[in-house]
Amino acid sequence: MQNEVSKNQSGISLKNFINPARAQKFLAFGALILLLIFFSFASPYFMTFDNVVSIMLSTCVNGILALGIIFVIITGGIDLSIGTVMTFSSVMAGVTITTMGLPVWVGIIVAIITGTFCGFISGTLVSRLKLQPFIATLGVMMVTKGLSLVLSGTKPIYFSDTPSFRKITVGSFIKFGAEGKYSIPNGILIFAVMAVIAAIILNKTKLGRYNFAIGSNEEATRLSGVNVEKWKTAIFALCGAFAGVAGVVMAARLDSAQPALGQGYELDAIASVVIGGTSMSGGEGTILGTVIGAFIISTLTNGLKVMGVAQEWQIVITGGVLVLAVLLDKMRKR
Amino acid sequence: MEERLLVMEGIDKSFPGVHALDHCRFDLKAGEVHALVGENGAGKSTLMKILTGVYTKDEGKIIYKGKEIHVSGTKEAQEMGICIVHQELNLMPHLTVAQNMFIGREFTGKNKAFVNDVEANRRAQVLFDKMNLKLDPKTKVGKITVAMQQMVEIAKALSFDSSVLVMDEPTTALTESETEELFKMIKLLKEKGVGIVYISHRMEEIKRITDRITVMRDGMYVDTVNTAEVEMSQVINMMVGRTIFETANEENYTDKENVVLEVKNLNRGKAIKNVSFKLHKGEILGLSGLMGAGRTEVARAIFGADKFESGEIYVKGQKVKITKPLDAVNHGIGYLSEDRKRYGLTLSETVEQNISLASIDRYTNKLGFTNMSTITEMSQEYVNKLSIKTPSTKQKAKNLSGGNQQKVVIAKWLLRDCDILIFDEPTKGIDVGAKSEIYKLLSQLAKEGKAIIMISSELPEILRMSNRIVVMCEGRITGELDIKDATQEEIMKYATKREA
Repeated sequence: MQNEVSKNQSGISLKNFINPARAQKFLAFGALILLLIFFSFASPYFMTFDNVVSIMLSTCVNGILALGIIFVIITGGIDLSIGTVMTFSSVMAGVTITTMGLPVWVGIIVAIITGTFCGFISGTLVSRLKLQPFIATLGVMMVTKGLSLVLSGTKPIYFSDTPSFRKITVGSFIKFGAEGKYSIPNGILIFAVMAVIAAIILNKTKLGRYNFAIGSNEEATRLSGVNVEKWKTAIFALCGAFAGVAGVVMAARLDSAQPALGQGYELDAIASVVIGGTSMSGGEGTILGTVIGAFIISTLTNGLKVMGVAQEWQIVITGGVLVLAVLLDKMRKR
Repeated sequence: MEERLLVMEGIDKSFPGVHALDHCRFDLKAGEVHALVGENGAGKSTLMKILTGVYTKDEGKIIYKGKEIHVSGTKEAQEMGICIVHQELNLMPHLTVAQNMFIGREFTGKNKAFVNDVEANRRAQVLFDKMNLKLDPKTKVGKITVAMQQMVEIAKALSFDSSVLVMDEPTTALTESETEELFKMIKLLKEKGVGIVYISHRMEEIKRITDRITVMRDGMYVDTVNTAEVEMSQVINMMVGRTIFETANEENYTDKENVVLEVKNLNRGKAIKNVSFKLHKGEILGLSGLMGAGRTEVARAIFGADKFESGEIYVKGQKVKITKPLDAVNHGIGYLSEDRKRYGLTLSETVEQNISLASIDRYTNKLGFTNMSTITEMSQEYVNKLSIKTPSTKQKAKNLSGGNQQKVVIAKWLLRDCDILIFDEPTKGIDVGAKSEIYKLLSQLAKEGKAIIMISSELPEILRMSNRIVVMCEGRITGELDIKDATQEEIMKYATKREA
């Protein structure tokens, strides 16, 4: 593989840039660069170290959710439950750590298992019981939202007794400058690691291969002797696991599990995936595109905020960008 | 008695509303090519889908290599050495050729989770070299031609160490030279002792390469005969249960004075180069050429399905602007795609919904309500006229056999009263009996004054049906022949007349 890749790259020419797959990455990446340049001119505060770190930190949760849901979207499906599954996972971590007083690492594992289990349920409903992904995951979304409120007694669970929990996201392994003046929060690191893991799973493993195959032609995949039900369930479970990780990162960032939060996050994640050039009809999609898509959304939100645009207008503009991105993608494919 | 590699006995299968197989039998020896023939919906594909684990049987016994087997899935069948090349291509367009071939049995390293594409590409390349096939295993399947995709399907089946190989109309999409390559491969497999089930409607192929023929009709077993001892006309009679019309089309209703369609200097990139021709009232114009000669592209451009860069289209002497299919339909042009499942039908809708799809306006009142009973009536009339085999007009199109689906598409355009009909491979995947019905229908339409363009890869079909033949090669028109002067050799000469 290594050899072939390098062979391809040595042959870079103008033609390779016009290649649609490359053009797609170029398009999203170009849009991100343009945004960065625009906001740098629009506001002197935008391109400061602290603000850039803030953008990246605010990308983490949405980004990790997007990394999970892209697997489901490539199968041609959808998972509406990831936002509330994330919340449910963080509440489970809160219950484990604060209420039950178990160690932080147990809480993290419980959160990820919770997410995976919810995904497994969605996957089973979709693949074995043949429910429409939209309906099945809508149900799981409501159930997990309700359970989060029940378990927490509708009140936030704080991690005040375990200061180390907070460090998962806002602590920092990477510091530089005089006396660690500049530091990169761990949340960003976790996002980066999750992106690498997602890319490896999608491009190098059987699960990734069957993921594309199912999205490309599910019946043909089944006729090829692939256990489509099993792999689809696994893909939803994987998406749930990412939501579990996002739950931990989220709770650590807020130093609390907020049971009322979460709904709506799934839509931001879907938007990131789509802006990153992935088709909702399945069969194609890239991790890099998704990461860029997530950054575009948080850059836009942050930039508009720094410029002093009201929050309600930020939402309007983000929606416009989403539609524009899909339109551009359609024109490119024509 | 010789050892039988495979015996199927008393196989019975019902689908809702259809008794697809009524206690059918079939047997296969090692190293033979056994043809399975029959009309539309005779149950050939269903029988083979039961053998290869796509469907499960209701009743009956399958004995393979001396032991009774129960196949419950395609993977199991493949692992036992029973493989099928499906009539409809079953490939994943977003994956590469090699990824498609080894789907479900990827090469993995020590860690079972990771796939090794290098090995898959290497194995695929070795197989392609053996097959004398020029194809890069790393190409995405969606980017290669239908003919090539078919070759990939065959290569995929060959890559299993199969004892039984079922080919469901493997040559439908292949050119003559590709067909020759396939026959060579079949011969090689025969020598290796593989038993091949060959489903086809092309009698000349069956005569040439098979050892025995099993005939099925209406879900029932008719007879098994030795190919060498039987005339093909006898086989056809067994298939249809009646004698059928097999003479050349001597009827010619061309009205030379009346040009209904004229295409001038049509261009689209490399696909269509400076194409000009005329079509007369009552004429059947055969559009011939090899795969990828640009015939379908021309048809789609005229129909407005694809945009063209330059050129003019005249309908009945008037210059017309066609940018979308609706424009073409409004000018009375109907197009029947070769890929009816993708472009011709809405599969999950009923027969009557399909038939009325293009003419729904006619049955709709000013308030937007459609008159369903008239639609049912009109559809029933066409179901009768074209003898479409369906329990009712409310049957879903996807439950019909390929030939009957094609008839539904024809009915759709007939109901729309199109004067110019473009048939793209009208008899692709359709059995002999239904073929002759469609031929009769084409003649009838010409007699009624319709103008017909018929694209076909089967030279006998072109020669039999056309009044005039236009031959294409690499996007250009390379020859035009009157039916009186046309021979297979003459057509092939023009079809291979490449640009210097």
